[in-house]
This record gives sequence, structure tokens and C-alpha cells, in this order.
Amino acid sequence: MYVAVKGGERAIENAHKFLAEERRGDKDVPELSLDQIREQLSLSISRVMAEGSLYDPDLAALAVKQARGDLIEAIFLLRAYRTTLPRFGFTTAIETSDMSLDRRISATFKDLPGGQVLGPTYDYTHRLLDFALAAEGEEPLQAETADKAVEPETPRVLELLNHEGLIEQAAAGNDQDCEVGDLTREPLDFPAGRDIRLQNLARGDEGFILALGYSTQRGYARNHAFVGEIRVGEVAVEMVPEELGFAIEIGDITITECETVNQFKGSKKVPPQFTRGYGLTLGHNERKTIAMALVDRALRAKELGEEVEAAAQDEEFVLSHSDNIQATGFVEHIKLPHYVDFQSELELVRRLRAEMVVEQKQAAE
Amino acid sequence: MKAIEDNNGQEQSGWALADRQRWMGILARAACRDLEAFLDQLPDSGGYDFLRLPEIGLSMVRGRAGGTGDPFNLGEMTVTRCSLRLADGTVGHGYIKGRDKRHCELAALFDALLQRDEYRQDLFARLIDPLEKKWLEKRHERSRKAAATKVEFYTMVRGED
Repeated sequence: MYVAVKGGERAIENAHKFLAEERRGDKDVPELSLDQIREQLSLSISRVMAEGSLYDPDLAALAVKQARGDLIEAIFLLRAYRTTLPRFGFTTAIETSDMSLDRRISATFKDLPGGQVLGPTYDYTHRLLDFALAAEGEEPLQAETADKAVEPETPRVLELLNHEGLIEQAAAGNDQDCEVGDLTREPLDFPAGRDIRLQNLARGDEGFILALGYSTQRGYARNHAFVGEIRVGEVAVEMVPEELGFAIEIGDITITECETVNQFKGSKKVPPQFTRGYGLTLGHNERKTIAMALVDRALRAKELGEEVEAAAQDEEFVLSHSDNIQATGFVEHIKLPHYVDFQSELELVRRLRAEMVVEQKQAAE
Repeated sequence: MKAIEDNNGQEQSGWALADRQRWMGILARAACRDLEAFLDQLPDSGGYDFLRLPEIGLSMVRGRAGGTGDPFNLGEMTVTRCSLRLADGTVGHGYIKGRDKRHCELAALFDALLQRDEYRQDLFARLIDPLEKKWLEKRHERSRKAAATKVEFYTMVRGED
């Protein structure tokens, strides 16, 4: 129960002013520009866009600045902003096979067509603080350029297994009359289709998805995953505007994709074959995308005839708790005034204690 | 060449659908300042009226389960659109990623002009082809950087034969 609490207006107003000053920090230090945030904190931008479920690097930079770098607060700002905009429609499904690759690696095949392209990765760095960065004006290392670009046609790794029938086929991909569930339009309902699960995971909290993915590796919902392929790069986005009636490209976006190859299964009729998990996010979010693929695979338990016994396989548990904006709203709301609720609890406890004293007295007499 | 029925019922011809898809994709990817700079060099095109003022909205980006399977909603992106009509009645549309209204307006203007026979050839030569070249070169340059990080495996010979 909430009651109108009056008298806080001035305190709130002043708190906001104090916040604004704190956000700016020491005025002798130059102010951050949105361009600086977008260009130099690009992985923060990626996370805010993925979990804010809105691709717009400039808005994400503004949100990060306004939120003083609190990424969940920034995600909240982005989610709130999107509700003010009309929806023009949806895009044609992006063709991740046609991605212009920055990075593409496979942990399952060493020699594969197109090769292992490391891209701009922290893997293989020593995780030692680089004090050269502390000195401003340091010239960054220049990227090397090869004579040739990455092969434009880089086959999907799991398709290589597909040729031999060693891995389950991806569902047909029929778009005609295909109803695609949308969490921004309809509330979550169970059982959820894979479309809803993937949308939920793609915008879900990185920490939560990471922990669940980790749990599957530690033996809860064990399905022994290999990373078949990780791809990071740009894809063209295509729309069919009503007034045109034909597809046009409206630009490119950066995405991260991960496919896992998991524990095989078979039956008397079907020979053993590997199963698969899928992760896809807006922006460059490798950790999140790998974890998403692990959790996607775990959530396919029922479909694959596995027993549902771990948290990561329980879709109601996973999907209901993955959204950090819902979670933060509910967890943090308990700090707001609950004076009357608490008064009633206080009175109840006092009454129970008083009754107990009376009972003890009566028993003693 | 394929003729297209536009919304105003006018028969358009002289360009193929694939041409228009190509130029719209290039205009959407162009930097607004490049379009603006080119506009200054253009002879007066007789002005235009908006059918739809530049408007910012969202498009839901779809992916596919497993990359090739059934579609799902990945997340939204900001999109700006607008429509305008030249004095001669030609209608141009702009649909671009992001929230730059001026960029969208210029994309729609050039979309309209490109449909007109007297402008098209010149615009292809001086605007669309160079913009495409610029975009592809930038992409190629980035891809060469990625290619430089390709692992060249070699096998170590162990022991003696």
C-alpha cells in the first residue's frame, strides 16, 4: 500500500540539483562529449543498446552520460525513450551469413573456409593495466592492414556439419504468415516459443544470463557446449515500407552472433547428432552472446526430451527474471516510502507480543 | 526495365526497380554533409513540398533462430522517414537508420530527382557512384584490418625422422 507523502518537493528538487553537480564532477576536469563516449566506451554503448533493446549509438551515449556510467540506469533511459516513438514496422530478418566480418572464430574447427579472424579482441591480452593509457595524448597502435579483405563468402561453421547430417537442422525459416512473438507488444506467457525466448534473452541482463550460462557448464542442465562459431560485424538492415512495396536497405548495424554445438542426442530412429544453441545481440557483446547461446540450448530441454531439473532449463524462472529493468524496478522500489505498510506491521507485532504477555500471565496464575 | 506504380498512381519508368533499391540504400548510408555539399552544386530543381515531414520512429529488427531458422524479434532501431513531392509531381521517399531529419529529407529529395530522366545520369555519375565507392572502400579498408588478424596456422615438426 502506498500513501501520498507530501512535503518532499524541495528536498527532491535539491537532490536533483546535487545529482546534476555530482554527475558533472570536478569542473576543472573537461566535460565528456557524447562523441567521446560513443567512440571510446563503445562496449558500454553496445551493452546499453542490446539490453535497452534499441540500436542507436548516439542515444546510448547520452544515456551513459546522464546515468553517470550506471549501465542499468542508462538501459532504463533508453527503454523509456523508445516508448515515445511510433513503430514504423519491422525489418526483413537480417542475413547474418552476409555479415561484413570484424571477427569470426570457431573453437571446433581449426582450419575452416574463411579462416580464424581474431578481430579487435581482448582475448590473448595479458590483463595487465596499461599505464601508457594513463598518460594522455598517447598515440594508439595502428591496426595492420592485409593486402586482401576477409573473404566475402564465409560459410557458417555449423553448415559444414550439416552437410554430413551430424547436427540438427535449423528450423525451416519460413516467414510467410509466420507470427513472430513480440514482448514489447504482448506480456510474457508460458509456455513461450523459441522466438519469445530468444527476444527475452537478447535483451536480458548480461550478468544474469552469464551466471545461468555458467551454471550449465558447472553441471546444472549439463549439455556440454562447444563454440561452433562467433561472428562480430555489420549487417545491412532491410525494410519494406508500405508506401514503396519493395525492400530497401536503410543502413548497417553491428551485431554479435554465437552458435554452439552441444551434446548429441539420438533415438532408435534418428542416429546420434549434435544439437545447437543460438545467441544474437545488437552491438558487440561477445560474453553475453555466448552465454545466451548456452541458455537458449538449456531452455530447449523439453523440446529435446530432456528432464527439466536445473534453473537454466526452467523457462518460467529464466524468462521472468532476466529483464534488469523489471528486476531493478521491483528490487529498488522497496526503498521508497512504505510508512503505512510498516506501521500496520508494527502494530501487528505489538499486538501479538501483548497477547503473548497476557497468555503467559494467565498460564502463570 | 520494370515500370512501377507509385502511390500517386503515376507510372514511373526509365529506371529499373533494382536501380532505385541501390540508390536508396546508398543515400541512406551516405553522410548528410556529403549530400548537403552536393545539393549546393545542383541547378535549381524547382523546390518540393513535404507529403510527410521527417519523422523519427522505430523499426523492429528481426533475426533468425540459428541464423537461418524461424524469425524472432531481436530489438528495435531508430529510423527516420519522410516523403516529398517535386513541382512536377515526382514523389521521393527517405528511409534511413538513425535520427537525422535533414539527412532523411535529402535522401528523399535525391530519390525523387533520380527518378527524373533529366537528372538521373548526372546524379549517378557525380553522386551515387562516388558515394557507393566511398562506402565500399571504407568497408574494404576495415575488412583488410580484420584480415590482418587472421590466424596462419603452421605445423611444428617434432622429433627427427
